Amino acid sequence: MADKKGRFGVHGGRYIPETLMNAVIELEEAYNRYKDDPEFNRELTELLNEYAGRPSRLYYAEKLTQKLGGAKIYLKREDLNHTGSHKINNVLGQALLAKKMGKTRLIAETGAGQHGVATATAAALLDMECVVFMGEEDTKRQALNVYRMRLLGAEVIPVTSGTATLKDAVSEAMREWTSRIEDTHYCLGSVMGPHPFPTIVRDFQAVISRESRAQILEKEGRLPDAVIACVGGGSNAIGSFYHFIDDKDVRLVGCEAAGRGIDTFETAATVNTGRLGIFHGMKSYFCQDEFGQIAPVYSISAGLDYPGIGPEHAYLHDIGRAEYVPVTDEEAVDAFEFLSRTEGIIPAIESAHAVAHAMKLAPTMDKNQIIVITISGRGDKDCAAIARYRGEDINE
Amino acid sequence: MNKSANERINEAFINGKAFIPFFTCGDPSLEATGKLVRAAVENGADLIELGIPFSDPTAEGPVIQGANLRALQGGVTTDKIFDFVRDLRKDVKIPLVFMTYANVVFSYGAEKFIRTCKEIGIDGLILPDLPFEEKEEFAPICKEFDVALVSLIAPTSEHRIAMIAKEAEGFLYIVSSLGVTGTRSEITTDLDSIVKVVRENTDIPCAIGFGISTPEQAKKMSKLADGVIVGSAIMKIIGEYGEDSVSYVADYVKSMKQGVKKAIS
Repeated sequence: MADKKGRFGVHGGRYIPETLMNAVIELEEAYNRYKDDPEFNRELTELLNEYAGRPSRLYYAEKLTQKLGGAKIYLKREDLNHTGSHKINNVLGQALLAKKMGKTRLIAETGAGQHGVATATAAALLDMECVVFMGEEDTKRQALNVYRMRLLGAEVIPVTSGTATLKDAVSEAMREWTSRIEDTHYCLGSVMGPHPFPTIVRDFQAVISRESRAQILEKEGRLPDAVIACVGGGSNAIGSFYHFIDDKDVRLVGCEAAGRGIDTFETAATVNTGRLGIFHGMKSYFCQDEFGQIAPVYSISAGLDYPGIGPEHAYLHDIGRAEYVPVTDEEAVDAFEFLSRTEGIIPAIESAHAVAHAMKLAPTMDKNQIIVITISGRGDKDCAAIARYRGEDINE
Repeated sequence: MNKSANERINEAFINGKAFIPFFTCGDPSLEATGKLVRAAVENGADLIELGIPFSDPTAEGPVIQGANLRALQGGVTTDKIFDFVRDLRKDVKIPLVFMTYANVVFSYGAEKFIRTCKEIGIDGLILPDLPFEEKEEFAPICKEFDVALVSLIAPTSEHRIAMIAKEAEGFLYIVSSLGVTGTRSEITTDLDSIVKVVRENTDIPCAIGFGISTPEQAKKMSKLADGVIVGSAIMKIIGEYGEDSVSYVADYVKSMKQGVKKAIS
């Protein structure tokens, strides 16, 4: 839990321009007012259940379990949510909160496009204006999602500054917010940025582990031995971990995008290759050079292609409560294909990073042990890119 | 000698209103920045704001973003900028402050960074991503080494103005408009009311920055405050003329200083 100043150990805080200070303070006050408000929670639960399709399934992946020959594997199916990923959990919460605050316009950053699509969806549903910032590089990698956002009525602004990827989209959304605060809420998509965002997004994503904990107790009568999720900023991972944090026997494993490997410069594995820094409103671990210049990171996954990690993850790493392991492009693509063929489930390339680690871990565990993998999103959006990775050009 | 950072910075504001130009160190090269700074001093600059480039300057508009990128691509580092300031200090006597981002200081080691600032003759430090609530990160070290940690006040600060002004060091940087740095045709913030609250709470001088580019704006803004800060308009000239920009910048600084002077006539 964060303290009053939004600190998780040494991490977190709010390192932002003075122009934004009253906006984040106002957001914090509004969140504290509504988070335990029965009416707000009733509305949010109704949206999550009736609109987004919650609760999501906890599916026993029997064939995957048999093929790997070790621990029993369950998949938490966030890919089955409306809009195809866990992002909708947070977005519905924030959009509803913004609406209560009298905001009429949502802005958002997006990497793979999943958060942008979710935000555009909530904006359409709640009659709000929506502008999404997306790195130009990512608009090419994820052209289908750009079309989806526009179809939903959002304006998509390709960001050309810096490396033209997720971090630059965040920077540009922050810049936009400083120029228009009165009617605009910045719907941040991950457990990052200045306080109170890491806490708000965590709370809205915690529905994942609230459900999966109850579901596994019902199905197995016991808690899992390991929970595995992919980590960029870390929203699906913190959501998957949260209600297990006090259960010390449950291993919590975050899978970072190692790109071409953590011994190369083409990686986005922040905990494994970064160091403590201050960026995008928070103190946490960042990939950076010796003078604190943020590194141009790389991953095949546009959603994990971020040089930082949320402050609560940095803290869970510091205290040894969660472990963060690197997974390469190659391993993730193998897992993407393996899960598709084995279970008939095409995972997002982001989620495939978690599957890849489970493929290493499960065979080392006993048959009576249990792993829960969060499938944070579905992989339709990635098919063209994976085909390209395998040297095949397909028309989307 | 042995004046405090506050006293040294205050000297920029005692002979009329101050004109404060901003330069991104190393765009297009540190040699050029040296010539540009000296030309600015000769043409009436009262205090110089030296930007240490950062890869992801979230408070900057496109012009200074571009300057940051060019400087970094040219191989500028914090250490090279420290050496550059050492050289600059051989003949440049007016107050100098650094403008950069929190990570540049943090990553270098805050104590090592701020101690070096003191050693090389830097009087103040402006960090746009370090608000009042987080200033304890660096403020005690700045106090120890007598480097003024400059605070910013924004159009949205409202009830925060008094709190910030009360603890202000060096000078107060009043952000003229919402948004990021960059030139604006019009500044609509009620700066009068902001300055009034500042005056009630501190004797530290205040300068207005963001969006100022013409001598007319400089005159108008310096009537309201003790000085004006101009960055993007200068970096735009440098972006256009590169190594050949010295005479253009010299003329520009001269015209802006004229504008500032007219504020008291």
